[in-house]
Amino acid sequence: MVRIIDRRFDSKKKSTANRQRFMRRFKRQIRKAVADAIDGRSIRDLDSGEEISIPSKDLSEPSFQHGKEGIWEQVFTGNDRFASGDGIDRPMGGGGSGGGSGASNEGESEDDFVFQLSRDEFLDVFFDDLALPNLVRTELAKLTEYKTQRAGFTSDGVPTNINVVRSLRGAIGRRKALGAPLAARVQEIDEEIETLEQNASAHLDEIAALRDERSRLLIRIEAIPFIDRFDLRYNNRVRIPKPITQAVMFCVMDVSGSMDEQKKATGKRFFMLLYLFLRRNYEHIDVVFIRHHTIAKEVDEDEFFHSRESGGTVVSSALRLMTDIVRDRYPPGAWNVYGAQASDGDNWDNDSPICYDILDKELLALCRYFAYIEITTGEAQNLWRQYEGLTGHHPNFALQRIESLEDIYPVFRELFKKEPA
Amino acid sequence: MSDTTLASKKLPSGAEWTFEAIGQYHEEIARVAANYKLDTYPVQVEMITSEQMMDAYASVGMPVNYHHWSFGKQFLATEKRYKRGQMGLAYEIVINSDPCIAYLMEENTLTMQALVIAHAAYGHNAFFKGNYLFRTWTSPDAIVDYLIFARNYIAQCEQRHGVDAVEELLDSCHALMNVGVDRYKRPPKLSLLKEQARQSERETYLQRQVNELWRTLPARTTEDTKEEAPRFPPEPQENILYFIEKHAPLLEPWQREIVRIVRKVAQYFFPQRQTQVMNEGWASFWHYTLLNTLYDEGLLADSFMMEFLHSHSSVMYQPNYNDPWYNGINPYALGFAMWQDIKRICESPTDEDREWFPDIAGSNWQETFDFAMRNFKDESFIAQFLSPRLMRSFKLFAVQDDDKKNKLFVSAIHEERGYRELRERLSNQYNLGCREPNIQVWSVDFRGDRSLTLRYQPYNRRPLGKSVEEVMKHLARLWGFAVRLETVEPNGSTSLTYECRKEKRRGDAKEKTANN
Repeated sequence: MVRIIDRRFDSKKKSTANRQRFMRRFKRQIRKAVADAIDGRSIRDLDSGEEISIPSKDLSEPSFQHGKEGIWEQVFTGNDRFASGDGIDRPMGGGGSGGGSGASNEGESEDDFVFQLSRDEFLDVFFDDLALPNLVRTELAKLTEYKTQRAGFTSDGVPTNINVVRSLRGAIGRRKALGAPLAARVQEIDEEIETLEQNASAHLDEIAALRDERSRLLIRIEAIPFIDRFDLRYNNRVRIPKPITQAVMFCVMDVSGSMDEQKKATGKRFFMLLYLFLRRNYEHIDVVFIRHHTIAKEVDEDEFFHSRESGGTVVSSALRLMTDIVRDRYPPGAWNVYGAQASDGDNWDNDSPICYDILDKELLALCRYFAYIEITTGEAQNLWRQYEGLTGHHPNFALQRIESLEDIYPVFRELFKKEPA
Repeated sequence: MSDTTLASKKLPSGAEWTFEAIGQYHEEIARVAANYKLDTYPVQVEMITSEQMMDAYASVGMPVNYHHWSFGKQFLATEKRYKRGQMGLAYEIVINSDPCIAYLMEENTLTMQALVIAHAAYGHNAFFKGNYLFRTWTSPDAIVDYLIFARNYIAQCEQRHGVDAVEELLDSCHALMNVGVDRYKRPPKLSLLKEQARQSERETYLQRQVNELWRTLPARTTEDTKEEAPRFPPEPQENILYFIEKHAPLLEPWQREIVRIVRKVAQYFFPQRQTQVMNEGWASFWHYTLLNTLYDEGLLADSFMMEFLHSHSSVMYQPNYNDPWYNGINPYALGFAMWQDIKRICESPTDEDREWFPDIAGSNWQETFDFAMRNFKDESFIAQFLSPRLMRSFKLFAVQDDDKKNKLFVSAIHEERGYRELRERLSNQYNLGCREPNIQVWSVDFRGDRSLTLRYQPYNRRPLGKSVEEVMKHLARLWGFAVRLETVEPNGSTSLTYECRKEKRRGDAKEKTANN
């Protein structure tokens, strides 16, 4: 007798381990591909995977093989024109594998090996670059969180949720309502019988009929169910997305000539990370992009990252614009305002004290949090020195000098601590 | 049997399968197969999903296997192509084990399930059990247990020595997999219990052996060593991985065990690589014959037969050389045609057949089949049984591509004077000895720099491909000292093709000397 085994419900994803091995092995290439992908993505677009392609020569598995030269013999099917001894120009017309030489034995083609990275894998690589601690990773990678909340009562649900008081109250009401006409009639009959009994001998039949009716009515009142299915009330709980507040995030970046693509890419990761942090806490997030050289301008994301400018740098122009926009469109009473500024630290000398003043007196009071990163490998610049003075008396201000991507995360450490999930 | 009884027990038809229906089909197929005297292992049918089918693809068709990135790569490639609809999955995978495991995919229709049972669970199964290559080189009763042992052992090594170390080693072993098989020597039978019991014993023993070998090294002190140093190995060795396992001086015992595992797996797949045409043809012949027999008995609905024949003929399709989708000779088509042809030669031979096949013309086809299935591989099967009639119907022609000539040259076609040559050419095309470079371990300079020398014997002036460099680097990693590859020139002299020097050894080697 045959044994038929149903394996369809066995452990799935047997290949997961091999897939992870693959990812591990080609980490370098995948990281590069992810870095390229990030450059091409919107900072809000972090919920999809990515198609990764790796040059196939990097993942070849070599073995001893023949080269193309030498003498090769191959047998083909469907001879329609050749006689023994014929010469044919190479490559043979239409003959798929070019006259039987190499094509078949040099196995791999030179196309790139392309595969799909899932959202989680994508974020993992992204976080890897930023050296995020594991706890933070899991928190950030989570999609919107929900919490359950009481929301009155419903007429259906699971038995554990039955609300006894409500249900019985409903039952009593129903019994009263259904029984009321009958009870009224009983009372009527009682009164009638009382009147008739004063002259009992003349109305014997009537009294008997009334008594009969009365006992039938009592039976009907008894027959009203004590509790019925539609009396049942259940505690109602609804799932609501936990963060229901809104936030606005300002990305402020210096786009003067000294900010090269590399620095902008670093800045972009900084903004992306902030966005991820905020998304964990807020349901709705607006993002405002402000770029500046000597004048500041509000732009869309594409222009923010991709258009080039040159010239001097006046940081205060951007801060002033941000202050105006907050006052105008995002009153701090309704919005949580976050500011993120990226710059290489170059600023026009006389401007830095002005920046200090704007932040100190106006902007920081409006913001929940303001983070500044200085992307530079050299000496601290004048803006940095001014900003350092702010940290003492403004707990909602953080600044960090960044040489490589791993330095970004510490900026958020404080922020993360202050807003536990 | 009379028609009336048959009509009453017609097998279920329609697209949807149930376990009950599959059981009924299996019962009938098994009955007919037994009538044809097919000798098979017990059958175990397993129902799987398409995702599980892709998993199975990725681990070279085995139900368990050790973890390696290359299997992950395989999985990703399969998954992508499948999802884009560029390929369908195979309808079945069958495992050469005892009992014989046949995977059926849940997406298949009832007809396809029946086809697969006939094809895999009876066709391939009988071939696995009967063919001499499989009987010699594989241990169907132990393979699954051995793979479990291998996976656990390698996982242990990863924990102990790190994933990277194991991965490097596996990469190197995989590069040498094709030259890690015994072609002529019979390996001992696999047995899980013995493997485990002997494994630790072997570790210590092997290490001692190796040390013994190298202990003779410093014996340079005596001045009377004028005599020719004894050659090592005394004869060239074809199984390079085996040589590494036994003689590589610097491998740790666990590394030798892993080399051995890869070697065993390679050996297990060795027969499959040599019997594709025969095996697929055989299985196709039997699914065709078994199902037709059931139809003749009146058990199968017409709709079943239509679907079956449609599927059968699309698998058996052989495009011509100038069709855009020509991709070499379809092993299913060639194999199926050859087995059908043998049956024809047995049953109704022509004069030509009597001349070409005096032994089998007019013989009992079932006996001839049994003989042919048991005692041949692709190469010899074609050399022995490809008939002129078949060469004509396939319109075969052989083309020679000599890089010293300007034009390709048609060396033989399907005509009287070309039959023998054509048949030889086609047979050669399936000869692993021609398809794969002939490389053997030639010598070890164990009184000098301990370098290992391989020799390549070119066939038809074919050089080695570009990948040789990479493979030699892997070999050097395993051997631990310099490795060389020499090519034997047509005049008998040798030339150095590639050399890979190994400078300083890794940390673990130093550690070992410190311990001594």
